[in-house]
Amino acid sequence: MGAQKKGGGARVSEDAVEQSRQRLQAILLADSFATKFRPVTLERPKVLLPIVNVPMIDYTLAWLESAGIEEVFVFCCAHSMQVIEYLEKSEWYSHPNLLVRTIESHKSISAGDALRYMYEQQTETSQIQGDFVLVSGDTVSNMPLTDLIQEHRERKKKDEKAIMTMVIKQSKSSQLTHQSRLGTDQLFIAVDPLTKQLLHYEEDKIDHPSGSVCLEKSLLDTNPSVLVCNDMQDCYIDICSPEVLSLFEDNFDYQHLRRHFVKGVLVDDIMGYKIFTHEIHSSYAGRIDNFRSYDTVSKDIIQRWTYPYVPDINFSGNRPLKLGRQGIYRASDVVQSRSADVGASTVIGYGTKIGNGDKISNSVIGNGCYIGSNVVIEGSYIWNNVTIEDGCEIRNAIVCDGVKIRAGAVLQPGVVLSFNVVVGRDFVVPAYSKVSLLQQPTTEDSDEELEYADSSSGTADHLSGLNLQMESKASELGPDGAGYIWEACEGAHDEEWKHSVAPIPKDKLSEITQAIDDEDTDDESVVPASGELKSDADSINTDVNDPNDDYYYFEKEVEGTVLRAVEENIKVDLVTLEINGLRLSYNMESADCAGATFYSMIKLAVDTPHNSASELYKNAASIITNWKELLGFYVKKIDEQIEVIMKFEEMCQESPKELGPLFTQILHLLYDKDVLQEDAILRWAEEKAGADEADKVYLKQCDTFIQWLKEASEEEDEDDEDEEEDD
Amino acid sequence: MPDVQSTVVEFVNKLRKRKIEGSQATAKCTVELLRSVISHQRVPHANQAAALIDAVKAVGEQLVAANPVELAVGNVVRRVLHIIREEDLSLTTAAMGGLDLLDASDDDDVDNCKGIGYPAMSAAVVAAAARSTLRPPSLQTLLEGTPESATVPYTSSSGADSESKTADKSSLTRKLKHDVIEGVNQLIHEIAGCHEQIAEQAIEHIHQNEVILTLGSSRTVLEFLCAAKEKKRSFRVFVAEGAPRYQGHLLAKELVARGLQTTVITDSAVFAMISRVNMVIIGAHAVMANGGVIGPVGVNMAALAAQKHAVPFVVLAGSHKLCPLYPHNPEVLLNELRSPSELLDFGEFSDCLDFGAGSGSLQVVNPTFDYVPPNLVSLFITDTGGHNPSYMYRLIADYYSADDLVM
Repeated sequence: MGAQKKGGGARVSEDAVEQSRQRLQAILLADSFATKFRPVTLERPKVLLPIVNVPMIDYTLAWLESAGIEEVFVFCCAHSMQVIEYLEKSEWYSHPNLLVRTIESHKSISAGDALRYMYEQQTETSQIQGDFVLVSGDTVSNMPLTDLIQEHRERKKKDEKAIMTMVIKQSKSSQLTHQSRLGTDQLFIAVDPLTKQLLHYEEDKIDHPSGSVCLEKSLLDTNPSVLVCNDMQDCYIDICSPEVLSLFEDNFDYQHLRRHFVKGVLVDDIMGYKIFTHEIHSSYAGRIDNFRSYDTVSKDIIQRWTYPYVPDINFSGNRPLKLGRQGIYRASDVVQSRSADVGASTVIGYGTKIGNGDKISNSVIGNGCYIGSNVVIEGSYIWNNVTIEDGCEIRNAIVCDGVKIRAGAVLQPGVVLSFNVVVGRDFVVPAYSKVSLLQQPTTEDSDEELEYADSSSGTADHLSGLNLQMESKASELGPDGAGYIWEACEGAHDEEWKHSVAPIPKDKLSEITQAIDDEDTDDESVVPASGELKSDADSINTDVNDPNDDYYYFEKEVEGTVLRAVEENIKVDLVTLEINGLRLSYNMESADCAGATFYSMIKLAVDTPHNSASELYKNAASIITNWKELLGFYVKKIDEQIEVIMKFEEMCQESPKELGPLFTQILHLLYDKDVLQEDAILRWAEEKAGADEADKVYLKQCDTFIQWLKEASEEEDEDDEDEEEDD
Repeated sequence: MPDVQSTVVEFVNKLRKRKIEGSQATAKCTVELLRSVISHQRVPHANQAAALIDAVKAVGEQLVAANPVELAVGNVVRRVLHIIREEDLSLTTAAMGGLDLLDASDDDDVDNCKGIGYPAMSAAVVAAAARSTLRPPSLQTLLEGTPESATVPYTSSSGADSESKTADKSSLTRKLKHDVIEGVNQLIHEIAGCHEQIAEQAIEHIHQNEVILTLGSSRTVLEFLCAAKEKKRSFRVFVAEGAPRYQGHLLAKELVARGLQTTVITDSAVFAMISRVNMVIIGAHAVMANGGVIGPVGVNMAALAAQKHAVPFVVLAGSHKLCPLYPHNPEVLLNELRSPSELLDFGEFSDCLDFGAGSGSLQVVNPTFDYVPPNLVSLFITDTGGHNPSYMYRLIADYYSADDLVM
């Protein structure tokens, strides 16, 4: 009966029945077109990786089947042979209700290419007859689809332009990391609350974590109300009309389903096509996009959110496990020592042996594993036929098939061991490292080729290659180990913790919290620091006491520049140019420049060898005289001049013995050289008048000078240099 | 045969994906499937019963494995096996009897003799006779001791059909198969009619102006209550809503549609309301051999409340729900843990489940069933009448053969 249906059913629907009732079809992309699961995906396609001991694609197919889909086109790309082989062996090929067809293409390097390929095939065979479901083979869900497809069709009937319905699910993302549970970036979408039309789609990039979204003004013009959500998760389950395929064909640069296609439709407004959303509430949907989501989805499965696709139910030819108390799933033939402590939410597969004194919690252990004595396994995913010898410690790691971990070895959080790796005795695999028997591909281009090359040539010869490599270089994982520790790609290193299986470490979290707090205080201190200079002396002091990092580095750089300028006698113009450049790159005010420049000049004077205070004064005087133009460039305004005085005062406070006595003299010098105007000095004195006694030391020191300045300003241009010298 | 195979696969798939719900529906599907298995099974000349038993067992094992929680599947499979054994036994005793009468004569003579000697005797009677020699008679067999010709209407006709030896052989095999299918049909009839059978007794149990409490939704309970209503009894029904699936709401809707005075209460209010209640009536998922009941979650709480206030706790169960297993076997005391999404909204709680941020400590457990020990049950009402919990094991002995208990 199954065979009949296969042959006959398709043909019939191609002809006449099509109009009355369309077959429910789905396209399943058995390739993620991403490299996030490297190095594991170099040897096995992602859809065949086990999640809670069942290959991902089985979850997807089982769900599609029970959701009423009748025909699935499995689009295979990388490792297509393996996928097809697996499907042939599994019961999916002979399934009575679900017709599984595979489509193979090695040229496609993105979802866009895959759909274009489908479109080309389509014109020849017209396989896709109507609306179809587009999912990737790493989706775990239990949502019903028939109603949704019906809804889509009806909407399509009313509105020709409604070509796609996108499934979303509420899932709050972390306040700290702006990351969803599944390790993807926070998603901002804008939806019309009445029609559920998608108006805006934006995945928050890490470089603007401020959480700001820009919506086009026109959105608000055309829509009476817009619902903006940041707590939605994109399930990557789309109900598409055939127009989607042709859209991909027309826009040959579309690669990514969301980044290009959805954005393209929304922003470029192609032919007025519209995308709608459908929010699911009671059912589950999640896509395994990275190691973090691998961890999260595994736990969701163990917690039974994906019911009935849970380990104790045989949903796709998997052998069901027995569910015990505390959410422990155990195969019937597990050999477990009495002294072993198996904790909550753990899955143990068939034929696995667990030794004495083992501590296992929150982990998934596959079939045919051997675990020695006194092993600690926490939050880890051990796949099939893994041997773990006595006394190992494994925390938050993924260990692929056939791995051997020798006695006493330790896997730190976030480690991924690819197939058949051997970890040497007592070797500690550092956190977040990825280990494979294959060497890390050097450039991005070459690894694409590599992945396809071994997919077509099969596994035999690359396995022999592995053995060679094993012999040649075995020391990276201890003397008796085998495997290469992959370098994290540039830029990705900092991000490693974000997408790892390990939970975000505590110190990282506190670091982020700290950073956010700093940001907040920065916002409060930096902005007013320049603005409030004139009015509030206290704020300046606090600012000075609490030097902010940027300013510190800026000052250092300015100091370097000035030093070089003095030593090499560079022209003033060039120095100002350089300091201006620094100022822009550090986002400083010109008052900051004035302060920094003055600081470096005085510092230079102090650093020049001298025996007495008068010698120091001479040094300072010469430098100021030579470089007054530079300083003058930045002290055009009263505020900037005050900043210079403040800076000077601060320096004197730091080294009261050397510079302290010279305060008035240098201040006078600056006045003489027209660097400072009398207004600035007087203003400074006024501000200081209200300060603490301790702060007034230098004010008192130059009391007479200020007095004189006051008189001078009253008597206008009276020449009173002699009077001054008396002080 | 391939047809049967594909229907078996389809049914197994449905069971696996938990697409069939309710023990009656499952039982019905199972027995219909087994009937087609039997009718398509090619029977060898020798040892026909064994061939049938093997075929049914093979399919039965698949079905039980597909959803071990649905005990009705196993029950029905065992019932069918029992029918095959009984029919086989009756045939052999009949043949034996024939041989005794005409010593070592031809098959024709046997046939003749059979035609003369046992035409009207039904297989059931023979089986009952045989059973009485094999094990002590139960109350059931004693009560059912009178022959009913209606149960096996075709027994007499088969003898006349055969004329030659080969024809007779085939007729013998056909006869066994025929009788078995007849028996299975009767079982189908019984399962389909269990609601009415149980509902007929409603009038004896529900009295005027009583208050009945029920929990969750059960078709048997619905029919039972409605039957009492039709007999002009006026009474009130409290329906505990049966969180988290709230099937009590559906039941309340139906009851109101049929004109009963209905009150919906929360599960947690059961104890508060129990003092006003005259009788608790619930539908069972399965009845174990010791008289314990597996029912919707919350039932045990209602039973304890009923015991505290000495309110009769009555369980309605069709005979296909009688399970010959004991609950002390951990393999049997199964529970289905369903999705936590029935309890709480994933989206609202997703921040408590963020394993990456280290706050994934929230666990949700959503069991479907509850076990009520036999000492809390006052009365079972099955399609054969009311029974005490302590009598269950005897009832079960009538329905199942001991050979099939372990499949």
